[in-house]
Amino acid sequence: MKFDRETNVQRLLLVIALSAITSLLLIAVFIFKEGVPFILQVGLRNFLLSSDWRPHAGKFGIYPMIVASLWVTFGAMLIGAPLGVAGAIFLNEFVPRTVMRVIKPTIELLAGIPSVVFGFIGVVVLAPLIRAHLGGPGLSVLAAAIVLGIMVLPTIISISTDAIAAVPQTYREGALALGATRWQAVHMVVVKAARSGIVASIILAMGRAVGETMAVIMVAGNAAKVPHSPLDSAQTLTATIALEMASATGMHRQALFATGVVLFVVIMVLNSIATVAVRRRIGKNSKR
Amino acid sequence: MRIPPKYTQMAAVALLGLATAVTLVVLLFIIVFVLDKGLPVVSWRFLFTNPQNMGRAGGIFPTLVGTVLLPLLAIAIAMPLGVGTAVYLTEYTRETQVTRVIRFGTDCLAGIPSIIFGLFGFIFFVVMLGFGWSLLSGGLTLAIMILPTIIRTSEEAIRAVPTSYREVSFSLGATRWETVIKVVLPNALPGIVTGVMLGIGRSISETAAVIFTAGSSLRLPHSAFDSVRTMAVHFYILAREGLSNENAYGTAAVLIVAVLMINLTAYWLMHRFIERRTK
Repeated sequence: MKFDRETNVQRLLLVIALSAITSLLLIAVFIFKEGVPFILQVGLRNFLLSSDWRPHAGKFGIYPMIVASLWVTFGAMLIGAPLGVAGAIFLNEFVPRTVMRVIKPTIELLAGIPSVVFGFIGVVVLAPLIRAHLGGPGLSVLAAAIVLGIMVLPTIISISTDAIAAVPQTYREGALALGATRWQAVHMVVVKAARSGIVASIILAMGRAVGETMAVIMVAGNAAKVPHSPLDSAQTLTATIALEMASATGMHRQALFATGVVLFVVIMVLNSIATVAVRRRIGKNSKR
Repeated sequence: MRIPPKYTQMAAVALLGLATAVTLVVLLFIIVFVLDKGLPVVSWRFLFTNPQNMGRAGGIFPTLVGTVLLPLLAIAIAMPLGVGTAVYLTEYTRETQVTRVIRFGTDCLAGIPSIIFGLFGFIFFVVMLGFGWSLLSGGLTLAIMILPTIIRTSEEAIRAVPTSYREVSFSLGATRWETVIKVVLPNALPGIVTGVMLGIGRSISETAAVIFTAGSSLRLPHSAFDSVRTMAVHFYILAREGLSNENAYGTAAVLIVAVLMINLTAYWLMHRFIERRTK
């Protein structure tokens, strides 16, 4: 009898354990089911490369949104990656352990600030500054990039710090014994050894930046045309979905799901690259 | 001319320190700014009266109720699934093709942006299953969203329970399940609670996935099929439609205090848990 209960429990747990992958498949199936027929009907080329987004006239080209998402994401990385990686190196290598033990959780705690709050700060503090000093409407690609760049800092710092901390102490000692200064040891040895983890943190942050919605809606200005300068307003892929979903029907709604398909594919590719990078590092370290 | 390494080191450390300082100052500025403008608005009246005129005046009571109910429902669904998955991965199987698929699914789910969860929740729970914009649709959507967090933290917590505990339990004649229930889970509890707190924190600050599944009704919900509005959604609507800056700051302040307190509790629990384990 006891044996029977054990096997039942095991079966039940297996079913439960499959819930995550089942959810993932359900999400993929439903987004694709709504979006892919639309893409086939309009044509992938037309959908991705046409700049004409006028849902009411039946024109669905998401090229402006793709450009906007790319600009905003790369801008965010230009700001977030150097700051985040520099912070991670500094906290790991040049700060006493006790200080680091306070600062790292503080930064991770700040990751919990809701994205709408970041967006709001962008609107009331950042956008007026940009408007006054650089011109343009203020709500712009630049504002969105800065806000997102700050938002991804906790992700980059947290994962990069772990990667740098995982570099064996002997590497540093070896470099120092050869007469290197602390900084030479850090940038010639430690950073190189932790490279794949640092890259993974940046790619994961890119995924977050591409997928961020509410903050971007608030600060990017939402104009569905190709931005020509960082000071222009723009509308990202995510913003398009969130702004128009409430009122969309028929073809328009399918177009938004098709936009979701594009987003889904991009995120999956980015995350797979990051996962492979992290795995390689773990594999390399555990062999030693 | 070659710059002596001593000076490049000084320059590098100064730059790195500056970057760290900028990061901390900016993040702290955001919190201080919102609390400075928002806390004066917050009072018992603000928390416990109904909004008037779409939130232009009055309090935030219904959104407070929504912010409590929705994450609780999400946790009630996600916790059994997450902890069950973690127990299966750690106690009931070795590394196989199946566990690799489960882990892959968890990793992928963790990276999906919230707007995609919103789209899915809308088409699946709201439209197809006919739950409408409701507490139930929102709770189910959020549950899927926080599932990876709960699985990961629970798995780590369970793995941290020493093998000798299990061996003692087995040697007393307990079955695997009895060992899990009476020995492993009680010892892993603080770690599991950490994951739960982090999940609640994420649910509270979520907007994109909630607005398309739970809706934004300002009425108090009477059943799981009623729409609710959380504080994050309320703040978004107030700020975006320019209804009331004052109430927006007040809502944001309550939101930030709630999220920080929950995350702080989570870290405190995790810290205590790790300390006890390493002794």
